[in-house]
This record gives sequence, C-alpha cells and structure tokens, in this order.
Amino acid sequence: MSDVVSSKRVIPDRLGSKTSRLLASWEVLLFGVAVLIFVFNSFASPYFLNAWNLSDATFNFTEKAMIAFAMALLVIAGEIDLSVAAIIALASTAMGAAAQAGIGTPGLVAIGIGTGLFCGAFNGLLVAGLKLPSIVVTIGTMSLFRGISYIVLGDQAYGKYPASFAYFGQGYVAWVFSFEFLLFLVFAAAFGILLHATNFGRQVYVIGNNEFAARFSGIPVERVKFILFLLTGVMAGVASVCLTSRLGSTRPSIAQGWELEVVTMVVLGGVSILGGAGTIAGVVIAAFVMGLVTFGLGLLNVPGIVMSIFVGLLLIITIAIPIIARRIKEMS
Amino acid sequence: MNRLLKNREILLTVIIALMIAGFSTRAQGFAAPGNLANIFNDTSILIILALGQMTVILTKSIDLSVAANLAFTGMAVAMTNAAYPDLPLALLIVMAIGIGAFLGAINGYLVWALRIPPIVVTLGTLTIYRGMAFVLSGGGWVNAHQMGPTFLNVPRLPVLGLPILSWIAILIVLGAWFVLTRLPFGRAAYASGGNPTAAIYAGIDIGWTKFIAFVVSGALAGLSGYLWVSRYAVAYVDIAAGFELDTVAACVIGGISIAGGIGSVGGAVLGALFLGVIKNALPVIGISPFAQMAISGIVIVLAVVFNARAERKAGRIILRDRGAKEVSA
Repeated sequence: MSDVVSSKRVIPDRLGSKTSRLLASWEVLLFGVAVLIFVFNSFASPYFLNAWNLSDATFNFTEKAMIAFAMALLVIAGEIDLSVAAIIALASTAMGAAAQAGIGTPGLVAIGIGTGLFCGAFNGLLVAGLKLPSIVVTIGTMSLFRGISYIVLGDQAYGKYPASFAYFGQGYVAWVFSFEFLLFLVFAAAFGILLHATNFGRQVYVIGNNEFAARFSGIPVERVKFILFLLTGVMAGVASVCLTSRLGSTRPSIAQGWELEVVTMVVLGGVSILGGAGTIAGVVIAAFVMGLVTFGLGLLNVPGIVMSIFVGLLLIITIAIPIIARRIKEMS
Repeated sequence: MNRLLKNREILLTVIIALMIAGFSTRAQGFAAPGNLANIFNDTSILIILALGQMTVILTKSIDLSVAANLAFTGMAVAMTNAAYPDLPLALLIVMAIGIGAFLGAINGYLVWALRIPPIVVTLGTLTIYRGMAFVLSGGGWVNAHQMGPTFLNVPRLPVLGLPILSWIAILIVLGAWFVLTRLPFGRAAYASGGNPTAAIYAGIDIGWTKFIAFVVSGALAGLSGYLWVSRYAVAYVDIAAGFELDTVAACVIGGISIAGGIGSVGGAVLGALFLGVIKNALPVIGISPFAQMAISGIVIVLAVVFNARAERKAGRIILRDRGAKEVSA
C-alpha cells in the first residue's frame, strides 16, 4: 500500500456545474435512499411512524455512529482500526470492575474513556510509531483487547452499576430526544468541523490522497495518524460508556462484530476505503440509513442475522453502483 | 547463524520445538508422538484454510469471508446428508468444494470485475454468507444422530497411523506447494502481489489471478466446511465464528506479508501449527482457555513487528507505479 506514489484520483479539466455536481453527489443519493426507506417503512409497518418508536430506533446507530465519525477520518487518512469493538469490550470490563469496587459515576466515565484513550494510543504507537500496516495490527489488538476482557471475566458478567450511571444510555434530554442522540449530534458537528474546517482536516485528506506529497509538504504524517488513532480510541471509549450504561451489564462478548458495522457505515457514507475522500455528512446519513433499515426490518419481525444480510448487501451494492454507472458512462 | 535466524521457517520450527519441550516439562506426555499427531489433526482445518488465505494474501488481497463460507457450506452438506442419507460421500465432498468455490468466485468477481477493495467485499460477504447459513437452516442445528455414519467417520479413519483428516491436510499442503512454486498461477500470484507494475508489464492478468486466488480460497473453505461439521459432529449457524482471523494470524505468524508477494507454504503451515500447539497446550498447563484470545493477539502483534523488520526493502522503486493505479482505481 505504501508503494503507491501517484495520486489516486484523476481530476477532470472542467468540473460540471454546481447543481449537477450536488445532485450527482453521494450524500444526495444516500439521502434519497434514506427517504425511500423511511417511506417504505411507514407503509410496511403501522408501528413505524411513532415518535417514541423512532426515538428507540436511534439507539440502533448512535453508539456505532460516534465511532464511525472518528473511523471516517482514519479511513480518509488511509488507515483502518478493526479493534474498536474490542476496545468497547475492554473499556466496559474496566468500568465494570471499577463499579464493583464502588467507584462513582464520574470515575466510571473517566475510566471508560481513559481505557479507550490508552487502547487508541497503543494502536497509534504500533501503526504510526513502528510504521506497521494498520489492518493486521488492529486485527491483532482486537484479539488482544477482547482477550483481556475474557481473561478478566471468563463466563461471568459485571452488573452492579450505580443508578446515576444509567443516564448516559437511558436518559432523555427533552421529550423523545435521548442523551445519546444529543451526543451523536454534538460529535457529528465536532467531527464535521474538525475534518472540513480546520488545518488538521486538510492534512488528513492530503495524507490519504498522497502520503508522499504530504511528507514533502511538511505535514507531520506520523503525528496526524497517531492523533487519529487516539481519537478513534476515545470515541470507542465514549461508545462503551453509552452502551454499558444502556445495557446495564458487561460481558466479554459485548459489541461483538461492531467493527464491521462501523466500517460499513463509514464506507456506505461515501468514504473511500482507499483513503483521500469522504465527508462527515455522508457518514451521518449512512448512520440513519442503517438505523432505519435495521429498525424497519425489526418491526417486520426479521431476525437480526437476516438483517445482517441486508447490511452486507447494502455495503456491496452501494459501492458497486457508482462503479457500474461510471463503466456505462465510459462506454457511451 | 544470522542467516539462519532470518529464515522464518527454521526460526518457527525451533520456536515450536522449544514450546513443545517447555510444555512437556509441565505436562508429561505432551511431546509424545501420539499427542503430537493429535495436535496436528486438530490443526488440520486451520492449515487448510491458512493455505487458501495465503494464496489470496499473496495477490495483495484478503479474504475475511472464509469462516462464513465454511459455516454455510458445512450447513449445506450436513442438511443434505440429513435429508438424503443415501447420497455417496464423494458427491457431498464435491458439493462442498463446489459451493465453496462458487462463494469464493463471487468474492473474486467483485474484486476482479468491479475492482472493489477485497477487504470491503469480504466484510460484506462475511455477513451475507453467515446470514444465508441462518436462512438455509432456519436457525436450527444438525446434530450427530441426523448425520450418516460414513459422513461422520471417514475423516476419523486411521490410515498408516494418522486419521484421514490429517492426510487431507498433508495432501493439500503438498498441492499448495506444487501450485504456488511450480505452476504459472503461483508465479502470477507472487508477481501480482509483489510488484503489480512489473506483473502487468510481464503480461500477467492481475485481476484474473486474484479471481482464481479467491476461488481457491473458497474451495478450500468449502472442503473445510465438510471437515469441520464431520469432525465436531454438529452444524449450526455460528460454527467457526471469528475463525477468519485465526487464518490471517497463521499467515502473519508464518511470515506472509500482508502487502502481498512474500511468503511460503511452509511458513503458513508452521504459523498454523504454532497457534495449534498453543491452543492445545493451554488447558494442559493449567491456563484458562479464556486466555487464548489475548495470547493470539499478542502473538499476531509481535509477528507483525517481526515481519516489518524482515521485509524492510533495500533499494528504490525505479519503475513508476502504473500498475498499482490500475489496481486501486
């Protein structure tokens, strides 16, 4: 992967008009899909159009989406972190152990996020510091982090969390708007600004497009990557706080397989898995699409594992469609 | 001496031998030939899958769907056997290999024709194939009493002191060695992963090579599907969940470069045996089996660090990377 010196995209001489570009953009297409799914679900199930049910549906994606924001930046920079779900498990286990020891809610949150930070730093050190390929490193740390949870917990579970800890995953800010949903919006805005309106965000794009050129432009490639792994770890920690608080218990198998769903969300959001392209807006819409699909199917009594077929198909089809479309365009 | 240390196969052999010696001081009979044969038999399926995975990784791809493929194929043959006990075993095995190869071909086609990155394709098909196993079985189990005696017993039959399962693994190891080092496909696989640009200039069709690699990996996963179901005498949706990571781990430990083009059959086999010895030793020396996951994690990370040191390239790329552009565009 690191041998690729040339830029990955060809920039046309003339761009289309602003409206035609907007209409052809991935985000608009995805938004259309979201609306279609919404309309379809409203007809398919009488229980769908209900403020509380829709509010419940947001829990399907808020925690995953929080990680997906950070993961989007990481993927745009040309790296990936498959250990996020394992970080959730380890952070949750650490919080569980602390809760058994009688530590209060603020301490638990600090421990959860701190564990995420530590795991992110470990990944970052291996990838940015030792210049190792992130995909294998994080497959390894995924096994390591969840493995530690298994050593600590085995077939046991932690369950005694303080009552006030339940707020993060079960509390509502106002009417049907949950605390998690608020957190989701805040992080969406924060990551949107970080990626699209700061120098740091520019650097992320440059690294993903052409790491070679980035180095020549004086961008501290390793430092940026390290920070991105830290961010991903922290967001996994935050997600762990929310999930643990929502479930009220910790098993070592918590959030199993989430890394795939988070990556699906990121890729579905139009982030190029090869790096260098993507927006936070896309990831936000992708989160809604996945949330609506799984929730709608749930209302129709479709089992979870069959839903995963739809998620997998969604991932492949949404990537294949633009490629096929471009092929057809080139032929004519 | 330095060169000996750099040879991954010799190094791994020494480490495995030391491990076995170490474990046998704690547990009498761990190093006995019978037990070693058991460990080999136990690791056979991992060896077969690791060889398929290795073929894919050589071409600069990755196949994360092998375990899901195994689960679907295993379920399919187990259900067929339960429904039609009279079908000959050979037909079922052909069917397993065929279904596996077909599922692998879907992966390969998406990578080859649509040029979707392999990790995305196989992440998608991983969930799809396992979901299909659920749809196929309706969430049910196929238990030992529903399977025919031939279906269950053939892989266990001892031939010349080793069960047939072990012999199948040995045959596939020899076959993989022959294909990867003696046939044009092997050359093409190494070339298209090691230096795609040069491979294109040499007239190698990278896309086709990747496609074939995925078909091979799928076919081996399909065969493993039958072997797994027969060995554990049960088929359900979640069999071999997460096993794809073990196959990647075996490859990485065996010195197969995740960037493609580097690695040997011997390395992959030893990588798989390394994991197999650890897995079998943990209960024997009184470490909780729950520790196995963390230990594999540490081993993978260490192996990656080690590989990176060994692979550090001397010299520069002189040709411009036109091939890579074509591959990743």
